[in-house]
Amino acid sequence: MRALLRACGELSVTAGLVMLLFCGYLLWGTSSYTEWYQRVLKRELRDARAGTAAHGNRPAHVRAGTVGLIRIPRLGRDYEYAVLEGVTTEDLRRGPGHYPGTAMPGGVGNFVLSGHRTTYAAPFNRIDELRRGDEIIIDSTGRRYTYRVSGKQVVDPADVDVIAPVPGHPDRTPSKAVITLTTCHPEYSARQRLVVFGVLAGTRDDA
Amino acid sequence: MYGWIWRIIPGGTGVKLVTVLVLAGAAGVVLWCVVFPMLEPHVPVDRVTVGP
Repeated sequence: MRALLRACGELSVTAGLVMLLFCGYLLWGTSSYTEWYQRVLKRELRDARAGTAAHGNRPAHVRAGTVGLIRIPRLGRDYEYAVLEGVTTEDLRRGPGHYPGTAMPGGVGNFVLSGHRTTYAAPFNRIDELRRGDEIIIDSTGRRYTYRVSGKQVVDPADVDVIAPVPGHPDRTPSKAVITLTTCHPEYSARQRLVVFGVLAGTRDDA
Repeated sequence: MYGWIWRIIPGGTGVKLVTVLVLAGAAGVVLWCVVFPMLEPHVPVDRVTVGP
């Protein structure tokens, strides 16, 4: 009896330690993968841009498999992530992803991005701090698109209206270029989604 | 369990200690590099997309 209890106790302690290690993996192990991948993607984007300058008209995003770079000055001067095309589990492990089928950067309609909030380097961890008027800068194919935050919302995970061409109005035809960022809410949960909206405020050619 | 492992590992206390540390490290590496990456997609801590 005593041996049985002891074995149970030891197994429980072991299970606890394994779970603790798993939490560590979720918070830090996953991030190291994303950081490594982001370094590769950013280098490819830089090289592609250099290639564009040298050879003329090869679009940067074609070669790198990325849509462009996202920068949010409110979240720090170093805040910069390469945005991938696609929002599969594997895409999002590598960085924020662009919903296929939604507008491209600067295009009329809704440019929709998703990113992790707590794991995989948590690119969208602090987007809840964004305020109306904050800049979201997208560098893509040699152009710089500056969006300004227009609102925030917490929605149900099934609320696909937020990624419609006109957010919230799936039946309307878009006339403006807008951006939508989605991530999980609250942190460490899959219960809801935090959504940040923005409107295109300017385009520059020299990015 | 741990007592039994300690008993079946050969050698003196020093050798046993080193063996145990190596075994624990190996278990940790297998968990971190193989088991956790397989487990992670099934843990709903960070779902970020919207969809039906």
